[in-house]
Amino acid sequence: MKRQARLPDRTGHFGPYGGRYISETLMPAVMELEEAYLRYSKDAGFKEELDYYLRYYVGRPTPLYFARNLTERLGGARIYLKREDLCHTGAHKINNTMGQILLARRMKKSRIIAETGAGQHGVATATVAAMFGLECVVYMGEEDMERQAPNVFRMRLLGAEVVPVKSGSRTLKDAMNEALRDWVTNVRNTFYIIGSVAGPHPYPVMVRDFQSVIGREVKRDIKRLEGRLPTLLVASVGGGSNAMGLFHPFLDDEDVEMVGVEAAGLGLSTGRHAASLCRGSVGVLHGSKSYVLQDRYGQILHTHSVSAGLDYPGVGPEHSYLKDTGRVHYTTVTDREAIRAFQTLCQTEGIIPALESSHALAYAMKVAGGMKKEEVIVINLSGRGDKDLSTVSKILGFNI
Amino acid sequence: MKRENRLAELFGKPKDRGEKALVAFITAGDPNLELTEALVEGLARGGADIVELGVPFSDPMADGPTIQASSERALESGTTLPKVLKLVRRLRKRGLDTPIVLFGYYNPVFVYGHERFARDAKQAGVDGVLIVDLPPEEATELAEKLKRVGIEFVYLLTPTSDEKRIGLVARKAGGFIYYVSVTGVTGARKKVAGQIKDHVKRIKKFTELPVCVGFGISTPEQARKVALWADGVVVGSAIVDIIARNRGSRGLVEKVARFVRSIKDGMRSV
Repeated sequence: MKRQARLPDRTGHFGPYGGRYISETLMPAVMELEEAYLRYSKDAGFKEELDYYLRYYVGRPTPLYFARNLTERLGGARIYLKREDLCHTGAHKINNTMGQILLARRMKKSRIIAETGAGQHGVATATVAAMFGLECVVYMGEEDMERQAPNVFRMRLLGAEVVPVKSGSRTLKDAMNEALRDWVTNVRNTFYIIGSVAGPHPYPVMVRDFQSVIGREVKRDIKRLEGRLPTLLVASVGGGSNAMGLFHPFLDDEDVEMVGVEAAGLGLSTGRHAASLCRGSVGVLHGSKSYVLQDRYGQILHTHSVSAGLDYPGVGPEHSYLKDTGRVHYTTVTDREAIRAFQTLCQTEGIIPALESSHALAYAMKVAGGMKKEEVIVINLSGRGDKDLSTVSKILGFNI
Repeated sequence: MKRENRLAELFGKPKDRGEKALVAFITAGDPNLELTEALVEGLARGGADIVELGVPFSDPMADGPTIQASSERALESGTTLPKVLKLVRRLRKRGLDTPIVLFGYYNPVFVYGHERFARDAKQAGVDGVLIVDLPPEEATELAEKLKRVGIEFVYLLTPTSDEKRIGLVARKAGGFIYYVSVTGVTGARKKVAGQIKDHVKRIKKFTELPVCVGFGISTPEQARKVALWADGVVVGSAIVDIIARNRGSRGLVEKVARFVRSIKDGMRSV
């Protein structure tokens, strides 16, 4: 159980998971990236520049907010919200895109590509690309473009080219396939900013490290506010970047319990869900070995979640490892439960959460009441819900 | 009963190599497995020296639109890895003696199980396996299992491969080296990338294995040019495209065989 925080090994494996399952064309590119990342992650000038932009551009540190009304309503553990929704662009995604674009600049790459599901990663990529004046192409599934239309417009305003992906399930998985195809074709001048702790090594470790600023801030602030570490950390898991960012700095704190919440969609028994860890099996997708949703012949299944950001048949390899070791517990929340939590947070705290984050909220709301009053839950409020208004209004029967 | 590897027999020793090999690719199960059986025989009749049989995968991230669509059709027709192995077995029973290389992505093989895959593929009559998303760093265990039963593990090299990668791949490769002539996905291209000669020469410094060149080759003229420098030429998307356009037509197999023959004739004029 000890020293969990030190993985992956030198070849990018978390136990049996992770690695590099990519075509030979990309091998030199990921090796070049790994080398650059290893060098600059220890470089004082790089860290200083990243810290500067995180503070003055992204708006870090984000508040750790004590949700008094929600705590009182549930009548149990004290609930804190890590307000990643207050980051510039409205989600935690920019912590990572800022880190990667600074790396891209040092590697002298002139063109940025990204995949996006909910559009939050796409917006965060388009934003930093605009700020640093780099060409940016974002791949997005057609279905996601419909349900996240405001984010498509945002990316275009920011000067990015948004390419609709019409293959497969027309969601995040297919957007990632298409981004990988672009990368294979334009690998010499192009930097691929992956938005989650997925993909070939070094992406899972690099994205985790860039997102770990979330957990580090929580650790510092909760000690100051409560004089103790949290009893429980809760985060939603699609690819798993906001969860890894929150969990990682606490992995060696054995008394801190952690729960990752996957999307149960219409219900696990319906088969229409995106619970890779809870219902998947080990496979290889998008460059790493991890739990995936697949049929018995190894074909990847279509997924469903009301939340575009969780609608993905894979998950970051480190989550698979943490599931197997039992360090993190993974569970699921349905579309319906997430929507209810979404409404509850709007009404109790005046905060409109992203549907992704609403999954974490829904789980915390289930368990908080049964916990002791002196116990502390920290929920990663990974993004704000403006992008989801049209989805939610349709479900609730409002015309907007 | 136990047969040596047909790939090794085909290429023989480097100094004995005369004619250049034509490697013809189609996706197994596109449009359906019965037709694939006839198509493979058509490829062989047309002069293909090696048949590369694509095992369809739901997320073919190294493939362009032509082979993506082909994989989708194959999956829709119910194609699975076990069925592809059965197809190979049937082809061998009917007397096909052309080397067969399975070409695909790792996940279906991983899920099938390395040991079981090696055993069943050998029994079916497979000679080589090429897995696009399994670089040498991750391939050790599977390659070992395949080697033990006498199946060659074929690796890719690309224009981005530096001498260190070429050396690494050359040490591990079996059968032949598949040199991907473009940085990009599969698919027909109007022009064949330049510098093929230099790249093939560079690879040959590291290995005695034959080098076959693919990606983007779709006409007899392109095949002729590439055959000047390479030991073999791979044609894929162009054949798949003919299949896509003539799926319903009765003359499909003959059309494909004729096309393959035209490519092979182009190569003979070297």
